[in-house]
Amino acid sequence: MIEFSMPSLGADMEAGTLTAWRVKPGEFVKKGDIIADVETQKGIIEIEVFDEGTIEKLLIKEDEKVPVGTIMALISADHEVPAPPKSKQLPEEKSKEASPVVEPARIRISPLARRMAEQNNIDFSIIEGTGERGFIVKEDIEKVISGKGKRMPKATVDKVSTATEGIRSAIASAMSRSNREIPHYYLSEKIDMSNALNWLLDTNKQLPVKQRLLPAAILIKAVANSLVIVPELNAIWDNGLQMKRDIHPGFVVSLRNGGVVIPSVHHADKKSPQEIMKVLADVISRARSMRLKSSELSDSTVTITSLGERGVEIVQGVIYPPQVALIGFGGIREEPIVENKMLGIRPVITATLAADHRATDGHVGDRFLKILKENLQKPEQL
Amino acid sequence: MNQIEIRKHLFRLLRSIAPETEPEELRPDQNIREALNIDSFDYLVLVTDIEETFGIETPEDDYGKIGTLEEIENYIQQKLP
Repeated sequence: MIEFSMPSLGADMEAGTLTAWRVKPGEFVKKGDIIADVETQKGIIEIEVFDEGTIEKLLIKEDEKVPVGTIMALISADHEVPAPPKSKQLPEEKSKEASPVVEPARIRISPLARRMAEQNNIDFSIIEGTGERGFIVKEDIEKVISGKGKRMPKATVDKVSTATEGIRSAIASAMSRSNREIPHYYLSEKIDMSNALNWLLDTNKQLPVKQRLLPAAILIKAVANSLVIVPELNAIWDNGLQMKRDIHPGFVVSLRNGGVVIPSVHHADKKSPQEIMKVLADVISRARSMRLKSSELSDSTVTITSLGERGVEIVQGVIYPPQVALIGFGGIREEPIVENKMLGIRPVITATLAADHRATDGHVGDRFLKILKENLQKPEQL
Repeated sequence: MNQIEIRKHLFRLLRSIAPETEPEELRPDQNIREALNIDSFDYLVLVTDIEETFGIETPEDDYGKIGTLEEIENYIQQKLP
């Protein structure tokens, strides 16, 4: 029997609230299927399953908040014969049943109505439900959206501030841990972006507007390719350096109401800049509406933050534990550059590496930034 | 589509991109990216919408020409068939 537990979606997550099961007992699931929606400080996350089999039992109820690691469901692998109801496994299952850490306020709302309310930033706690037994249903949310429903006027603001506080507190916890535990060192390098931007301009001329590439796509690709050569920075620190085979950079997405979320771009080294852009367009819009999948938040191996073309010159980031490196890109600005004893004005970006000195030394960081710089001079080869 | 309809559409679009802002309060000559804190990703959403709604493809070289509400409206009106 496979035990499916509340996943950890980052070092800062301690618990999650199950908002809806997407499956029923007896249903067959395969790797990558979304089986539940879980509300965390980072919004409602779609939880994927990593095994194949049949859902045997759902152990926690909707609206229950349970700590990371709590068994949420039992899945029987295909070849297994489902255990009879009173098998030896029962007492063990019972002992591992969910223990809610916080008793949530019991708001009667359908999963669909809850989702609609979340998407529209509506505080459903003060909506009068008209469904059976007072449940808030889809129609109630639609009425609020159209302005005919009953709610307090400042509900939207209240809800937004609650979500923002949750994210703020998650960031506070992860960043405090990072500063407490990780001895950071920083290295920076100015990089001429002429070739990269010209390549982007030419490439974008061939592409439909919707598929145009942003500099972020090429920066992520260049970082991923550099990590293939310097794998010590694509790693976690857990009683020692543990290098990761797969390169899954997390990309920092800032939210409009404050805070950030860091969805990952899986196997960025194996994707083209166009494929990375496609992933970015998808995850950025879902991150901003707080709808990401569990795997996108839980398995990044390094973090990239970019302030965008109009940002300030330098960003020195704080490493997201247990990772060992964060690469920051400042804004792109025109600067004088000397090349072959000639002075020219070029678009320049400053790349900064924040790295964990327990895991690597300055020499490794120096090598990484030089390779990154070289990669950005040959964008057509990325 | 006249200027009022274009402006109405732009307000709707900007509200969906930046829901916590009041695009109606923008001055016509104010840079919308600065005023509404629109990043490059959201700017691409805006350019994509202009193409899908008005059938106008904005080359990247023209991004500098559509910084304010007034400039976007004029750009759309000039390019509309």
